[in-house]
Amino acid sequence: MGAFLFRRFALTLVTLLGITLMTFLVMRIAPGGLTAGTTDLSARVSAHEQRKKFAALYDLDKPWYVQYGRWLKRLSRLDFGRSFKDDRPVLEKISERLPNTLLLNVLSLGLVFFVAVPLGILAAVKQNTVWDRAVSALVFIGFSAPTFWLALMLMMLFGVTLGWLPLSGLHALNADELSATSSVLDMARHLVLPVLISAFAGLAGLSRFVRNGLLEVVRQDYVRTARAKGLPESRVIFRHALRNALIPVVTLLGLSLPDLIGGGFIFETIFAFPGMGRLGFDAVMARDFPVVMGVGTIAAFLTLAGNLLADVTYALVDPRIRLAGKHR
Amino acid sequence: MWRFYGRRFLANRLALAGASVLLFLGLAAVGAPVLSRTDPNQQRLTERLMPPSVHHLLGTDDLGRDVAARMLHGGRVSLRVGLVAVGISVIIGTWVGVTAGFFGGWVDGLLMRVVDIMLCFPTLFLILMVIAFLDPSLWTVMTVIGMTSWPGLARLVRGETLSLRERDFVWAARGLGLSAPRIVLVHLLPNLVVPILVSATLGVGSAILTESALSFLGLGVQPPMASWGNILTSGKDYLHVAWWLSVFPGVAILVTVLALNLLGEGLRDVLDPRS
Repeated sequence: MGAFLFRRFALTLVTLLGITLMTFLVMRIAPGGLTAGTTDLSARVSAHEQRKKFAALYDLDKPWYVQYGRWLKRLSRLDFGRSFKDDRPVLEKISERLPNTLLLNVLSLGLVFFVAVPLGILAAVKQNTVWDRAVSALVFIGFSAPTFWLALMLMMLFGVTLGWLPLSGLHALNADELSATSSVLDMARHLVLPVLISAFAGLAGLSRFVRNGLLEVVRQDYVRTARAKGLPESRVIFRHALRNALIPVVTLLGLSLPDLIGGGFIFETIFAFPGMGRLGFDAVMARDFPVVMGVGTIAAFLTLAGNLLADVTYALVDPRIRLAGKHR
Repeated sequence: MWRFYGRRFLANRLALAGASVLLFLGLAAVGAPVLSRTDPNQQRLTERLMPPSVHHLLGTDDLGRDVAARMLHGGRVSLRVGLVAVGISVIIGTWVGVTAGFFGGWVDGLLMRVVDIMLCFPTLFLILMVIAFLDPSLWTVMTVIGMTSWPGLARLVRGETLSLRERDFVWAARGLGLSAPRIVLVHLLPNLVVPILVSATLGVGSAILTESALSFLGLGVQPPMASWGNILTSGKDYLHVAWWLSVFPGVAILVTVLALNLLGEGLRDVLDPRS
């Protein structure tokens, strides 16, 4: 286990460096140079001052590897620079948005898990029946529907036609006047549509994954043994088969993180949801480089952390993985 | 052999349905200028936001343009973006995957790290980061989607190559003293066609989804050129008065991508000898 963890962490470190290098290079190839778009961004700071500050901050007079090295050094102190737009520290801007995005993602992951796993089981147990086909159809639609369009449709149905749910934001306009309970309720109402949309695409992938995993496991000898000794089918499925079929789900949940965060860039924008995705999108539109780089790096870090966590958990629950390397 | 696959394909009803829908869409896209005499960009300000009727089958948008004509031309854009972007991504992905899998060692290590790194970024944000600083145009969209969507394919091709590399016929080719390019081109690539074809078919679908999302956000295909994504942009603004603006383009995207997914999965079932 120790060797496995060491290898895994070393790889993660390399990837981490790569992420920063890539973010840096993408920003460097921006046409017109980094200072080109900075003039009209801030009324509070003059263009000249802005440019000087920027040149000093990113060492633009030095070769690129010096620039990268210094940027990396600042990153290691969690210094992402200041926004061009309002001159506030990037980290501060991100950390006030991050909890909202995490809340959204945790809720939708939870929803995905609790809906997709039963659906997958249903489809596998009733393989080749109407139930299986219905789940299949749902899976295909989930893979094929543009999430932003589904968001529009739900907004039209629940927001405009029925008027049950608010269309955008996270709080009502009069949120400050509300009592504690009704303010939580208000937030919950604002969260319904974003969570539903964010969960929908993940639902398709996971339920198919569970179905195929379970079908695979059901063919194994130990499941046949369980059946042969006369256990009721429900016990065979839920006690013996499901446990092993669910192990890979851990990985899938980890791997779906970038999609969840990435999907956020669209529907957080549609719902005017104050999350990290919308911050990133607005920053890209305003050419607010420090914020773009900050959001990009942090989103990639989060994904990496998710993958690492998934891998380690997987190795913990499945000895085959952590022992596999030893034969090489 | 082709008759065998042909029969298996015809027996796969879902794949057949997908292929028929795509054939229909392809014909509509190619024949768009003939099929619709209405200019998709002609504005009629007296006929703004008209619901579907005999004159305008799918209604008009906020500038009085005929939605049916715009959808038809938008379909051309979507299919083009999908095909070109996937073409780019297949070339890069196959090249990277085969190189990494065939040569192994530090080449493999380096290339796979690049793939890992690219997969860590939310694809859409990576695209946004690049595209926002380029002049938005059809070509920019196609190139950027192509250049960012290859890592998944590269990983798949590498895996297949790794297992093919150890097969007897590759060892035989090596034993005969064939050069590496020849082994790759003549002996490996033909065996990679099926997984690449399947993944490319699914890739066209996701490229179309990405393009429509970008156009929806205003970073993709630029008005007045029509795209399913940018019709939806105006649909969002008139959500409460003009449902047809947001329903039809979305359904078009859904149906197209669904057809591609069905075809891709179907091809996998039909062509994979293991199934």
